[in-house]
Amino acid sequence: MTLGRRLTVLLTATVLLVLAGTWTVLRGADHARQAHRAAAGDPPSEAGTVTLGPLPGGPRLLFRSMVWGPHRDELASVPLDHPGSTRTVSAPDCLRFHAAAGTGICLQAVHGVLEDHYRAVVLDAGLRERHHYDLAGVPTRARVSPSGRLVAWTVFISGDSYAGTAFSTRTSVLDTRTWTLQENLENYAITVDGKPHHAPDTNIWGVTFADDEHFYATVAGSGRTWLAAGDAVRHTLTTLHGNVECPSLSPDGTRIAYKKRVPDLPDDAPWRLYVLDLRTMAETATAEQRTLDDQALWLDGHTLAYALPSDDGTDLWTVPADGTGTPALLAPAALAPAVVR
Amino acid sequence: MYLADSRRTSTSASAAAPAHGPGRSARIAGTVLALGTVSLITDISSEMVTAVLPLYVVTALGVSPLGFGLLDGVYNGASAAVRLLGGVLGDRGSGRHKAVAAAGYGLSALGKPMLLLARTVPLIGLVLAVDRIGKGLRTAPRDAMISLATPPEQRGRAFGVHRAMDTAGALTGPLLAFLILRAAPGGYHAVFTVSSCVAALGVLVLVLLVPGRLLGRSDPLPTTARLRLPETLRLPGLRRIALCATLLGLATVSDSFVYLLVQRRLDLGAGWFPLLPLGTATAYLLLAVPLGSLGDRIGRRRTFVLGHTALLGGYVLLLLRPGSGLPLAAAVLALHGLFYAASDGMLAAATAETVPEERRGAGLALVGTGQAAGRFACSVVIGAMWSRWGDTTALAVMTGALALAAAAALRLLRPQPDHPVTEEAR
Repeated sequence: MTLGRRLTVLLTATVLLVLAGTWTVLRGADHARQAHRAAAGDPPSEAGTVTLGPLPGGPRLLFRSMVWGPHRDELASVPLDHPGSTRTVSAPDCLRFHAAAGTGICLQAVHGVLEDHYRAVVLDAGLRERHHYDLAGVPTRARVSPSGRLVAWTVFISGDSYAGTAFSTRTSVLDTRTWTLQENLENYAITVDGKPHHAPDTNIWGVTFADDEHFYATVAGSGRTWLAAGDAVRHTLTTLHGNVECPSLSPDGTRIAYKKRVPDLPDDAPWRLYVLDLRTMAETATAEQRTLDDQALWLDGHTLAYALPSDDGTDLWTVPADGTGTPALLAPAALAPAVVR
Repeated sequence: MYLADSRRTSTSASAAAPAHGPGRSARIAGTVLALGTVSLITDISSEMVTAVLPLYVVTALGVSPLGFGLLDGVYNGASAAVRLLGGVLGDRGSGRHKAVAAAGYGLSALGKPMLLLARTVPLIGLVLAVDRIGKGLRTAPRDAMISLATPPEQRGRAFGVHRAMDTAGALTGPLLAFLILRAAPGGYHAVFTVSSCVAALGVLVLVLLVPGRLLGRSDPLPTTARLRLPETLRLPGLRRIALCATLLGLATVSDSFVYLLVQRRLDLGAGWFPLLPLGTATAYLLLAVPLGSLGDRIGRRRTFVLGHTALLGGYVLLLLRPGSGLPLAAAVLALHGLFYAASDGMLAAATAETVPEERRGAGLALVGTGQAAGRFACSVVIGAMWSRWGDTTALAVMTGALALAAAAALRLLRPQPDHPVTEEAR
C-alpha cells in the first residue's frame, strides 16, 4: 500500500470513528434530557419542605430519590406507614444520606470545571449546611449516631493510574460538637482474633453507631472480613465475628444485620442478608434470596430495609429480621434511607 | 510506503533514523513519532475508562469495587510473563516487533467494548486483566522499535519524546471522559464507546504508519541466531542494567503509596488526593524531552542516577517536612515527575545500548520485568512496614534503601573498559 492510500484509509477510519463517538455522546445526552422528564408510572413527587426534626404526622422515611426527572438525587420524604404516597422532595442532591436526631449527613458530588469531586455535608434539621469536608474518593456509606452527635462515612479510593485495579476504602468519623475529624480509622489499634493486626491491605467500611463512643464496622484484611467493635474515644477496633460486611445495629443494640459472603454462590452475586445475635453469635438468614450490596437499615425492632438494583438505579425492599416472611417492595427508585421520628 | 521509509538516508542498523549533520538539531524518526501517537491515543482510551470506572461501578452499577484488587498479584505475575513473551516473540525475525505490538494494542482495544456488557465486578476485573495483558505484551516490542529506529546517540531524546506523548494521552483521557459525562450526564456507556473508538484508532495508526521492518537486514534471521532468554541474560552489560533496575525498583515506592504519603504527612485536605497524580504527570510531561536530550549529552548513567537522586530528594522532603501543605507537596510531586522523566526512557535507552538488535525485545523485557518485580516486592514490604511501624519508619527505611541502591547502581554502571559498547565510557 502506498503512503497516500494508507493515509486515506486512516483518514476515512478516523472520520467514521469520530462520527460513531459523536453519535453515542449525542444519544447519551438525549437520553439524559429524556430522563429529566418524569415518566408516567413514576411515583409522584412534589417539591416542598423536608426536615430532619419530629413532625406531628408520625415517623417518616427519608431517602435519595432516584426517580428520573428534575428532582432525581434530591432528598425525598414519605410517611413511614404510607411509603407509596406523594413524595415531598427538596435539595440538596445526595449520593448517600443518613440522619438521626436532627443531624443529617449528605455525601454529594460537586461538579467542577475540569473534574468532579466529592464532599461530605453535615446538615441541620432544616437541611441547611453546618459544615462540609472534601472527600478523597467516591462515597459509599454514611451513618449518624443515634444522638446525632457522631457522623461516619466511607469512600472508595483508587490511587493508581494506568489500569489500576486496586481499590481501597477510607472511613472517617466526625464529632459534630467539636468538629474533630478522625480521617482514617485504619490508624486505630486493630485486634483480630485477640492478636494485634498489621496487614498492609487493611480496609475498614460501613460504620454503625451504638452510642457516641461505641460503634461496629467491617474490618477486612488478608482476603477476609470481620465484624469489629470500635471505640471512637480509645481508637480501637476489635473483631468479634468473621465474614461480616456492612453491619447495621438494631435499635435495641442486640443484633447486627449484615451482608454475608455465602460459599458456593456465584462470584457476581456472592452476598446474602443475615442477622447476627450479638449475645449468642447465632446467625439467621433472612428470607431475601437475592444478592445485595448495601448497608441495611432497621425500620423498627424487626424489619430491615435495603436497596436492590433496578432499572432506575435501585429500589428499596423490606424483609423481616427473624428469617420469616417474604421480601416486599418499600419504595421504587430510592436509595440510602433513614427513618426520622 | 511507510512514513519512516521516506526519510531513510542510510542502510545502517538505524535505517529509519533521519540524517543529521553536526550543529543541526536532529529530527525525531517518523517511527518514533508514529509510536508516540499510538501510545498517546491508546492512553487517552485507557485513562478515560480508568477515570470513570470507580464512579460507574459505585453509582451506576451500585456495587462495591473492592473485589477488583483481589487478584492483583496474579495479574502482576501474568503481566510479567506476558511481557517477556512479547519481547522474545518480537525478536523472532522481520516485522515481528510490529506484529506483537499490534496484538498487544489490539487485545486492549478489544477489551474496551466488553465494558459495555460487563455489569459485575468479576467481569469488569476480567476486562481490566485483558487490558493489562495487552499492555504487557506490547511494551517490549514497542521500545525495541523505538531503539531500532533511532541512532544510539539520540535515543534518550527519542524515548523522552515517546514518554511525553504517552503522558499527554494519560492526562487528556480523564478530561475527555469528564467532558463526555458533562454533555451526557450518566452516559458511562458513551464514555466506553468513545474509548473503544479511540483504542481502535490507535491500532490503526500502528498498523498503517509504523513500518514493519526496522532492522538493516530485511531477511528473517536464521534459526541459529534466535537467541533464547537465558542466553540474552548472559550479556554482561545487560545483566548489570537488569540488576540495577531490580535493585532500584526494590527501593522505589509505588505511586499510590507516594500519594498517600504526600496527603497524610503534609496534611493536605482529602479533596486534594485525587489531584496528586496530575502533579506527577504534568512534571513528567514537561521534563521527559529535556531530560532525554540531557541523557544523550551528559550520559545515561548520570541522568539515570540524577533521576533517582530526585526521588531520594522527594523522600527526604517527605521525611523532614521542611515546610507544609501545598508548596511542599508541589515540590515533592515535581521531583517525582523529574524522577520518571530522567529514569524511565533512560533505562530503555541504556538497555538498548547493551543488547544486539536481534535480541533487543528480549533484553528490554528482561530489564522491565526485573524493575517491575522489584517495585512489586517494594510495595509488599512498605505496606507491611507501614502497618506495623507507621509511615515514618517505612519511609525512613525506603530512603536508606534508595540511597544504597543508587550508590550500588553508580558502581555497577561505571564505565567498563572491556565493553566499549556502553556509551557511558565517554
